[in-house]
Amino acid sequence: MEMDWIWGLVGGLMIGSAAAMFLLVNGRIMGASGIVGGLVDRSGWGTWPERLAFVAGLIAVPALMRPLYNVEVSTNITDNLVIIVAAGLLVGIGSRVANGCTSGHGVCGISRFSLRGIGATVFYLLAGGIGVVVFRHLLGVI
Amino acid sequence: MMRNLFALIAGGLFGAGLLVSGMTNTVKVQGWLDIFGDWDPTLAFVLGGAIIPMAIAWNVAARRARPALGGNFPGKPGSEIDRNLVVGSVLFGMGWGLVGLCPGPAVASISWGGLGGLVFLVAMILGMLLAPALRQRMDNMALALR
Repeated sequence: MEMDWIWGLVGGLMIGSAAAMFLLVNGRIMGASGIVGGLVDRSGWGTWPERLAFVAGLIAVPALMRPLYNVEVSTNITDNLVIIVAAGLLVGIGSRVANGCTSGHGVCGISRFSLRGIGATVFYLLAGGIGVVVFRHLLGVI
Repeated sequence: MMRNLFALIAGGLFGAGLLVSGMTNTVKVQGWLDIFGDWDPTLAFVLGGAIIPMAIAWNVAARRARPALGGNFPGKPGSEIDRNLVVGSVLFGMGWGLVGLCPGPAVASISWGGLGGLVFLVAMILGMLLAPALRQRMDNMALALR
């Protein structure tokens, strides 16, 4: 749809405002893989209530908002479970080894002109783009 | 208590933004990455839109001693683009491109992403648990090569 970019901008401003609030009020960087990963491997166990509260909001609000849309909102995720498992493993390992994902390195890093944030974003965008080209156009598996 | 309340609100606003922007839709994410296909520019507007308020927030934070609820602001970011950052980001990017989900949207869609979404989340959590072993292995290899 032609209007999608406006919704992208509106949603982006909401995401950035959430990150801004989390920084100025809680003093934390809003990185999804860091917040979740700290719970998963217990490295962030000292702040588990704050992390869990963030995750609860992240799950609850989209769940409550979804029925408000008059068209079905879906992730349109592939049915291929082998690809899903491979992708999930890569996203989990990669984001933790790199210490951040799209929200931490992308939104929070680029906005403070962090060299690491910008570098990470360049590498994951390149890898993602090459991945789609290889797996969709050359191999035809996605 | 206040910390948890504001964390809940921040998480909720993040989730709402992901839904509104279309970033929980894997077709739009892969559409952005697919420069040789039917290219979808939405993601650039999402990232650009998100960076604006956050850039203002970093400026405000630089002029304040402490966050509103106490504690300290995050320290200065490192400037070194090291092996972990490059290898991790490449692996992450490949997974992101394969399915079109990154950690935020994967969690945000947990209640309606179906079986595929749940399988992705379980695999992602498993991957997070494997990450320290990969870091260790790369460190050992680097030492052996030195």
